[in-house]
Amino acid sequence: MAKRPFDIQAQPGFGFMALLTFFALYLPIAALVAYSFNAADSLSRWDGVSLRWFISAWHNSAVQDASIRSLVLAVSAAALSTIAATMAALATTRTRPYPGLTFKYAFINQPLMVPEIVTGVALLIVFSRIKVWTGYSGLGYLIAAHTAFCIPFAYLPIRARLESMDLTLERAAADLYATPWKAFRFVTLPLLRPAIIAGFMLAFVISLDDVVITEFVKSGGQDTLPTYMLGQLRRETSPEINAIATVFLALSVVLVTTFYFVNRRKP
Amino acid sequence: MANAEEIARAADARDIRDRWLLSAPALVIILLAATGPLFVMLAYSFMLKGDYGDVQFGTFSLDGWTSVLFQRDIFDDTLGLADAHLSIFWRSISLSFYTTVLTLLFGFPTAYFIATRPPKTREVWVFLVTIPFWTNLLIRTFAMQQVIRNEGLVNTALMALGIIKQPLQIMNTDAAILLGMIYIYLPLMVLPIYASMEKLDFRLVEAGYDLYAGRWQVLRRIIFPLIKPGVIAGSILVFIPSLGAYVIPRVLGGGKNMMLGNLIELQFGAGRNWPLGAAISITLMVLVMIALLFYVRNASGSEGAHG
Repeated sequence: MAKRPFDIQAQPGFGFMALLTFFALYLPIAALVAYSFNAADSLSRWDGVSLRWFISAWHNSAVQDASIRSLVLAVSAAALSTIAATMAALATTRTRPYPGLTFKYAFINQPLMVPEIVTGVALLIVFSRIKVWTGYSGLGYLIAAHTAFCIPFAYLPIRARLESMDLTLERAAADLYATPWKAFRFVTLPLLRPAIIAGFMLAFVISLDDVVITEFVKSGGQDTLPTYMLGQLRRETSPEINAIATVFLALSVVLVTTFYFVNRRKP
Repeated sequence: MANAEEIARAADARDIRDRWLLSAPALVIILLAATGPLFVMLAYSFMLKGDYGDVQFGTFSLDGWTSVLFQRDIFDDTLGLADAHLSIFWRSISLSFYTTVLTLLFGFPTAYFIATRPPKTREVWVFLVTIPFWTNLLIRTFAMQQVIRNEGLVNTALMALGIIKQPLQIMNTDAAILLGMIYIYLPLMVLPIYASMEKLDFRLVEAGYDLYAGRWQVLRRIIFPLIKPGVIAGSILVFIPSLGAYVIPRVLGGGKNMMLGNLIELQFGAGRNWPLGAAISITLMVLVMIALLFYVRNASGSEGAHG
């Protein structure tokens, strides 16, 4: 009786390896967060708990600029890419295969297939020439680049949702003399709303997180929060970077958690 | 008078045209800000480099492509292998390979562990893997730096325990890049393996034990073949971004331990050799395509074998 029953799922050492993995996944993040509360001037010492680096980051005008730019960029790119992706999803689902359909799938997912560094330098080549021709060097280039690589992410949940919907409700609306636009506005769009929100949030996070493409596309003085941090990492880092990273981390966790719950609540 | 068939065909044509119009914004944006520039880059790789970066527009030259692997001797102008580039190619490929193997070594038991939890706690474990996955890559690289730098967690702990007297120099080595890549790409290995493990029918495992298989035999002969698609997907998802890594080697490897991504950046920065940078970029893209093709062939093959 003392002998435990034979557990067919058990594999020796797997539990240990898994717990080690989870430990290793969270240890660096914990260290990063812990050091952001460091009172000392540098990362080499620990002088007790303080919020001074959060306060100093908050008052750092470069950080303020970069944060605002990151947010403007992420909201614009997420909005534009969600609109384009919704239209593309409507055009590529609920139909018999038509010429060009496979091409569209491949083309929309193309940004996912190419390493970011490659897209980054290709955009650098093209945009630097356009900058010389037009003299315009504003945020438009970054918005265009971010919108392009956000489209496949926004497209993903919207297409998935549309594929699980059939056309009966839209046909019913048409039978009741709804114009195609009205059918879309009052039938399709409300049904699609959770997926559109999910797509928008996904695009927002992807744009907010981007380092590589932004680094190559940005003009002088157009740092986003990630590229600002990358620039700072070259130098001797102070706990201020940890403080910024901690806030950024907290924001990501909140967004991911929200996304998770929005997506899980299946209508 | 048009018959019904013609009307239907016209409606079909209109539907297809509408669908092209509807997908036009997405296609145009991607063409202008992703796919198109890749073709411009291809053209640039065949031009002469400009003196201060950029290219001499309209010229034709294969210099960019030959200098991917070869360099001219400064004295007798003969072509020799560019050792620096070769070692960077080798570092990229070997580090990506080690990253894939090691993430598999840790990722497989982790996915197995999660899949064998009760359904309710399972979600929590998956969530715990998803959080680092969605955390900014730069922040995770920076977090790794906190652990391995000279005054970091590992060295402080080892010195406090009296195991070492001098801090271990991990930062700015290949080992630092490897640790960083394993740390960052691990979730990409765990999630697809978990996805196929979740569907695993443990009655097959039970049958294996009934037929006197040992734990290792069950693992190797029953579990592993069934979750092979997940393992292949995970390996590709880890290998491809590792090959194109740029931020991780830049932050953890220091200036000397470059990978392909950093070599590309160098050509567009201090190197002022855009055609070479373009040629290396395209080479990197081709390497990625080969890995993807390998995946497509294997994934369809293994599904067919079990279907």
